[in-house]
Amino acid sequence: MIDQNICKFSKLAKELRKHIISMNCYAGSGHPGGSLSSVEIVTYLFSKEINFSPDNKDDINRDRFVLSKGHACLVLYAALAWKGFFSTEEFKKLRHIGGMLQGHPDRLKTPGVEFNSGSLGQGFSFALGCALGAKRKKLGFRTYALLGDGELNEGQIWEGMMFGAHYHLDNLVAIVDYNKYQSDDLNTNVTALEPLIDKFKAFGWYAMEIDGHDFREIGNALDRAKKIKGKPSIILAHTIKGRGISFMENNPKWHGSLAPQGDERECAFKECGCEGLEL
Amino acid sequence: MMTMRDAFGQTLIELAKERDDFVVLDGDVAGGTGTHIFREAFPDRFIQCGIAEQNMMSVAAGLSTTGVIPIVACYAVFASMRAIEQARNSIAYPAFNVKIAASHLGVDVGPDGATHQAIEDIAIYRAIPNFKVISPADPVELAKALPVVLDMKGPVYLRTGRSPLPSFMDESQDFKMGKAVLLREGRDATIIAVGVMVHRALKAAEILEKENILCSVINMSTIKPLDSAAIIEAAKKTGAIVTAEDHNIIGGLGGAIAECLAGHCPVPLERVGIRDTFAE
Repeated sequence: MIDQNICKFSKLAKELRKHIISMNCYAGSGHPGGSLSSVEIVTYLFSKEINFSPDNKDDINRDRFVLSKGHACLVLYAALAWKGFFSTEEFKKLRHIGGMLQGHPDRLKTPGVEFNSGSLGQGFSFALGCALGAKRKKLGFRTYALLGDGELNEGQIWEGMMFGAHYHLDNLVAIVDYNKYQSDDLNTNVTALEPLIDKFKAFGWYAMEIDGHDFREIGNALDRAKKIKGKPSIILAHTIKGRGISFMENNPKWHGSLAPQGDERECAFKECGCEGLEL
Repeated sequence: MMTMRDAFGQTLIELAKERDDFVVLDGDVAGGTGTHIFREAFPDRFIQCGIAEQNMMSVAAGLSTTGVIPIVACYAVFASMRAIEQARNSIAYPAFNVKIAASHLGVDVGPDGATHQAIEDIAIYRAIPNFKVISPADPVELAKALPVVLDMKGPVYLRTGRSPLPSFMDESQDFKMGKAVLLREGRDATIIAVGVMVHRALKAAEILEKENILCSVINMSTIKPLDSAAIIEAAKKTGAIVTAEDHNIIGGLGGAIAECLAGHCPVPLERVGIRDTFAE
């Protein structure tokens, strides 16, 4: 990957982080931690990987991006606005009655949203349905599902893991934003997930492990997934919850639903480059 | 006499010969829901999801974005309880074009026992926005209703059944969603029935006639949207309503009609059904 691309991705990632913090503060609530950990993954998908834009949003053959960890919709909204699905002015009405941007994604209200995710596990199965539909109709599109690590507690995920392998859904990639924290605590202190890679492999998936903040590793894993035939791929992307805002990093408090106030808000504005934002 | 599940399977086959726009999803209960004969006839249009109903519901939602209409065939206890949150959030809230066809309703299930006797499914599905709820009374009405359900865009919960039922609905009459069917006219009371209770309501009306009590009988095969006009008209004309359903008397057909009458035309109401208990 040429450095010029990395530079472009980094710039967009910075912009998405700025929008995440500004949206979070406009709303006064939301889920910043798991949005910030997904920024590099979403940046890469939307700027390089997926064939999805306002021009083909109703095309049956568009690539599907499903944010199964729906609470991280701040990062999705930031990416969709960057793609031109709606104006950044909408950010000001996030989580407000009558606003286009709901507290969790709503496909009927927000252009570019594929699925009403937020109830964990369901977006993953929805994505499997898209991928199976593509196979049945010989549509060429690919499906990408972004999962949370806490989401892997859901039994539905493992139902879906069996289903995806059984139907050889090699047109689907699941990416786990493995930031190690879920709503209340570290995954290991809730119901431990490890050994995850072994579990994915045992369920018949092609499993990869990467640094989820490294664009080269994200790109390489997605490229490799395209070459794998006969089984679905899953990328375990190690990330840092709250990445980019010092006081939010690795602190489960910033899972949500809340927004920084006072000095913390000033600090967050400074670190993401939106000083002087008027709320 | 024919079971509603057999009628469902056969109707699917007949429809599949004419149209290629639907697929059937199964959770390893094809013999139970009547879709096993469809699987034999159209194996490419039958999707086995295993005993994993939650995944099946959300998979159906995803499939519906690829130009097919998924019909999820399932036992009603699983469709209305185990996987209800998936039906709500994956199908109803995003308003995907998915149809859920549920068999094994109420005590009609028979000796499998209370774990498999759904006595709550009407109450649950009718409380979810965007779902239409349909429960045909016999094989004829089921065969007429299924193409209408497929032609209508959006989520539908269709109740089939398990036990054999006589065919008595008018072959020449089209199924109209949201329209009650008046089967018999009387002056003293109206029995409004659903599903397996409709032919029993007709029998009850015959027995009552011998005692000089003349009853109207209405087949309320669409529970949502409810035909309020037909209920109000019957209440005004006969002055009393009896509801009959193989379902808990709380929240089902009786509950729906009580809501309608209380708001528009309060008359004496007797709800016949399962009296808030598990059966056997």
